[in-house]
Formats: sequence, structure tokens, C-alpha cells
Amino acid sequence: MHKNEGADGMNGTLHIDWTRCDGRGLCAELLPTVLDRDDWGYPLAKRAHKSDRSNVMIGPADAEAAREAVHLCPKLALSFSVQQFGSGR
Amino acid sequence: MTPLTAELPTIGASEGPAGTYRLFAAGSNAGLADHERTFGPLPVHGVDVHFIDVLEAAGLTGRGGAAFAAWRKIAATEDARTGTLISAKPVVIGNGAEGEPLSFKDKTLLAHAPHLVIDGLLTAARAVSGTQLYIYTTAVNIPAVEAALAERHDGRRIHIVEAPGTFISGEASAVVNGIADGIGLPLDNRRRLSESGLKGRPTLVLNVETLAHIALIARYGSAWFRTTGSERDPGTRLVSVSGHGGEQILEVAGDSGLGQVLANATIDPSTVQAVLIGGYHGRWVRPLDYRLSPTGQASNTVRPGAGVIHVLTDSQCGLEATAQILSYLADESAMQCGPCMFGLPAMARVLNAIAYGGGDPQLVRELDRLSKLVTGRGACHHPDGTAQLVSSALETFSADVAAHLAGSCTRTRGRTA
Amino acid sequence: MDNALWAFGRVSGFISLALFTGTVLLGILTRSGRPLLSVPRFSITLIHRNLALLATVFLFLHVGSLMLDSYAKLNVIDVVVPFVGAYKPFWQGLGTVALDLVAAIVVTSLLRHRLGQRTFRALHWFSYAMWPIALAHSIGNGTNGTSKWFFLLALVSVAAVVGALIWRVSSNFLETAKARQGGLS
Repeated sequence: MHKNEGADGMNGTLHIDWTRCDGRGLCAELLPTVLDRDDWGYPLAKRAHKSDRSNVMIGPADAEAAREAVHLCPKLALSFSVQQFGSGR
Repeated sequence: MTPLTAELPTIGASEGPAGTYRLFAAGSNAGLADHERTFGPLPVHGVDVHFIDVLEAAGLTGRGGAAFAAWRKIAATEDARTGTLISAKPVVIGNGAEGEPLSFKDKTLLAHAPHLVIDGLLTAARAVSGTQLYIYTTAVNIPAVEAALAERHDGRRIHIVEAPGTFISGEASAVVNGIADGIGLPLDNRRRLSESGLKGRPTLVLNVETLAHIALIARYGSAWFRTTGSERDPGTRLVSVSGHGGEQILEVAGDSGLGQVLANATIDPSTVQAVLIGGYHGRWVRPLDYRLSPTGQASNTVRPGAGVIHVLTDSQCGLEATAQILSYLADESAMQCGPCMFGLPAMARVLNAIAYGGGDPQLVRELDRLSKLVTGRGACHHPDGTAQLVSSALETFSADVAAHLAGSCTRTRGRTA
Repeated sequence: MDNALWAFGRVSGFISLALFTGTVLLGILTRSGRPLLSVPRFSITLIHRNLALLATVFLFLHVGSLMLDSYAKLNVIDVVVPFVGAYKPFWQGLGTVALDLVAAIVVTSLLRHRLGQRTFRALHWFSYAMWPIALAHSIGNGTNGTSKWFFLLALVSVAAVVGALIWRVSSNFLETAKARQGGLS
């Protein structure tokens, strides 16, 4: 698995805990290129890795915004980890 | 890769049952005496971590629906146990929740062959050095399990925990949550159960039928297990057959032909319009020349899942049947995750509209859109399984869809919308 | 010097109350999940938080300056334990209660990630108690001199908060309320 994508830094994974998420939409505002919102306001990953839209791939350019989303999420429904993308489960 | 002849040194004393009549060979409501007379004693003291190699050679896959290779799950639990600084004592759970309404194999097994399930649980526990053992099942099955445990001296460590009769109660994390808090709802899984499950310990959850097969493999070995079935789907499995006016449990060889199974169930194929394989998260198929196997091409194989075979007759409408299932699945949402909580009822409304009412072609596109919207978004696979059922219905009953949109129905009664 | 401290003590109190009023209003807006004009939701959240912290700073200034002022006779005990003060013990005690609540709410909010959502929410509900208690304290503890404009300020604040509360309990409060109405079967 590649550790570095581009000169800036690492890929990361944004994990959505659906049991906590209430679709308030702050994450979609902070990561507009990564997340949309569905009919009911819940975050919708624009790209899905093997149809997994609960663990969203975050490029190095979005890492800071992803951390901000984790911090601000009103339901503490997000967590961010680096280099977990595609590590196989 | 272990050779197919891998055996435990103490096994081979007696021969296992020939043919596909294995799990109920001790007769109905088999007590401990019948059980031991038929199968012999469980050579439990010969079971250790090397039993995992025997299971790998046997090729047993989970009988709870996902068909994950049993040995892999057990090995993962064992790895998690030895991977920690202070060896974490694993938990082993026999999953008899059987939330699938069309499935009744687990309750039949627990009623008539509970000692095989208990043997399997003890065997799996020895393989991972597990110290906490549970059987998780609904209230109706508990008396039989309690009676079986009472007959034995080695059942003291096994706790029986009652499962709610909900559809999702059998999901692995819901099982763990149910035992931990009495709340049988799925959890957000950032770590696998094999690493961290009940009380943070490595947890192994196996379907009760899988345990029963393990109990027999412990006695007769992997080569015996493979004497029926095929290379890709060895051994036998229980199937719950319904929809033709009666309910039957059959034990069939792996990789059986669907037509053959229906014939064994004395169902006239000319009365069969389609068959739902696997349960409410399964797949509608017709015609009948499919093989029941967890692996294989979708054009000629169908995954047996939890072994549900539900017949749809000519007088029924496949879309109506699916719409009713979908309404049920929407009601059975754990109501924890947005896409499921709101997406499934929306899908149910649309499919019910197609099945019972309007002829708007937009409805099909909307159903497809909603199916894609809910897939992969939830703490468990309830939305995914539901979307899968819907897409298989739209494919298998495509003629019905066209007819309904035009205001009629293809079933023999010829009802108009 | 004393007069200056006394004046500063009272002014900083009013400013703190006004900022807390804004905080409560923005808190309700945050809960609705709605943006405001061009201000996105995450900004509303941040402004709500920052306003609360600013209000807390002015609260410290309010209490600190009054502790230094000999007229107020405020000591360390009075700051934490209510109703034992020398000057207008009841009304000043309300201020102490409000301060204690602010401390609990702010600390649990800043440590939300560590303490978890349940603890954070449980304490945050006390905001609805903190604000009227703080308002009552400011009305009851004040001297008469500036009562006219203060009365106006208090009236406007009450109207705003009551209005926001009515909005809070209305059925279309949440941005997602309409879309989710058809949901639960």
C-alpha cells in the first residue's frame, strides 16, 4: 500500500459512525469535494471504495478539513485515521 | 496450505455417517444417550489450536448466511488472543438468534440435536482457548438447550442468553451487544469482533449449524466431511423450504442443484414461478437450473445464504411478495442509521406503489436510485441486503414490472392494477 | 479607584450577559442544523463557541473586578458557594449559581471529545437554566441608576430568547425535519 500520495502527505480515511450521525451537514460543508448530502441530510461519499461509503478516502489536500470535521461534528460521529485506506478488513 | 488428509491423531476410530443424513442421525429430540450412541464421545481433549488446520482442510463455511470460511474466523480469533501482551481470553458465542422469518433450521437443530451444537461450541472454544461460552437464541429454543446442558457435566461454563425475535438480532455485532447490554442492536464496527468484541475480548461468533458441523468434523475428520458436496462447497447444509403450502427442513449436499432439492422436497416444479434463495436478504431466481453454492458465477449459481428456499407459486405476484418483504424489512430497521431508517421505508413505499398501484415508470428509476443510495451506508448490512433483494426482484420479475406499469400482472389470475 | 472597579464590574457583567444571550441564540441556531444567510453551519458552530468563551472571559472580569472592589464585599467563597454573600445574598447567590453552571458547561464543552457526547449533552441542557438565572441576578443585583436602558436591554433579550425557544419547539425547527417526515413508517 502506498504510504505517500503526492509530495504533501498521506492518504487518510474518514470513518462515519452511522449510529451517531444525525446528518447535520457540517462535514459536507468542510469537505465539499468529498461529501454530498442525501435526501435526508446524511453524508454521501462521492466516491466509494468497493461500495463502502462509511470509510471515505481522504486525499492529503483534504486532511486538515477532515480533522476539522471530526472536531466539529455535533454528534462525534466522525473519526479520521491516516493510511488505513484499502488496508483490507 | 495443509494437505487434505490433515487429521487429528486420535480421530478415525469410528466412521462418520454416510450420505447427507448427518445432523439429525441421532433421531428427533435426541438426548445425551441417543447422541453419544449415534456419534460416539467427543474427543475434546485432543482438540487444540491445530484443529484450525483440520477445519481449513474440511473447507467448512459459515452456515449463518455470510459463508465466511469457518477456519479463518477461528484463526483470526486465535491470532488476536496471542497477539496481545497479556493473553486476552476469547469469548465464543453460538448464534442461534435466527432472525430470518423464512429460516427455521436453527430452531430445529436446537430442538432435536442440541448436543451437537454444544459439542461444537466446546470444540471451537478449545481451539481458541476461549473461556466464556454463550448460546444466544430466542425464548422458544431455550428450554431444549437448558435441558441438554443439564444432562451434561461439561456444560457448566456455557451461558444461555435470550435473543429478541427481531430480524437483525442475528447480526454478529448485534449478538455481542445483546449479550453485553441486552440491547440486540448492531454496533459501529471500527474493529473486528475477532480483535475486540464482548467486553473488549477477542470474540468468535458462529452459527449453531456451523458448530454442529464442527462437532462432527472433530470426531470424523476433514476427509469424511468432504465425502459429500463438491470441492468448492463440501459437506452438507440444512435448508428451510417453504412457500408451497408446507415447511420442511432438508439436509442437502453442498453444491446441490436447486431442481434436485425441490424434487427431494416433493415440490412439483411446474407449480413454481420463482424461488427466493437465502432469505429476505437473498435472491429471487428462475428457472430452476441453479446450483446452491457460496461461490460460482451468478448466471448458474446462487448463494444459499442461511439456507432459505422459499417457493413463489404461479398464483402469486413476485412484486407483491417482494413489496411485503420490503415493508417488513423497513419496519425491522434498528433505527440507528439515517440511510436505513429513512431509505428503507422510502423504498418500500415505491415498491408497494409499483406492486399495487400506479403505472409510473419513474417509480422504477426512483427505486433503483434509493437502492444505490442506501448501499454501503450503515452500521450493518441490513440496507445492503435489502437493496440486493430489490435489485434481484427487479431483474427476475422484469416482465412483471413491465406489466404492472402497463396496468396488469403476469400471474395466472391476471389481476389488473 | 473603587468607583472605577464597581463601574467596571457592572459593565463587564452586562457585556457578559449580552454575550451569553447571543450564545444561547446561536446555540439554538446551531441545533437546528441550518446555515444563516451566507454563514455556513460549521461557522455558526464556531461563532457560538467563540462567543461563549468571550462571554466567559467577561464573566471572569466581572467577578474579578468585584472581588477587588470593597463595596461589593465579594470573596472567594461567594464565587463558588451561592447565597452566603454579604451584599444582597440572594440575588448575588443567583449569580454564583449561574457562574457554577457556566463553569460546568464550558469545561464539558471544551473536553467534549474526551468526555463523550452523553456527558456533554447532559450538562449543556443546563444552559436553559443558566441564562434566566443570570438574567435574574443582573436584574436583582443591580442598583437603580441605569435601570431604564438596562430594562430595555433585558426586555429585548427576553423577547429574543423566548422567540428562539418557541422556534426551538416548533415542528419544522430542524433543517431536515420536512425531508424526514415521510421516513418513519
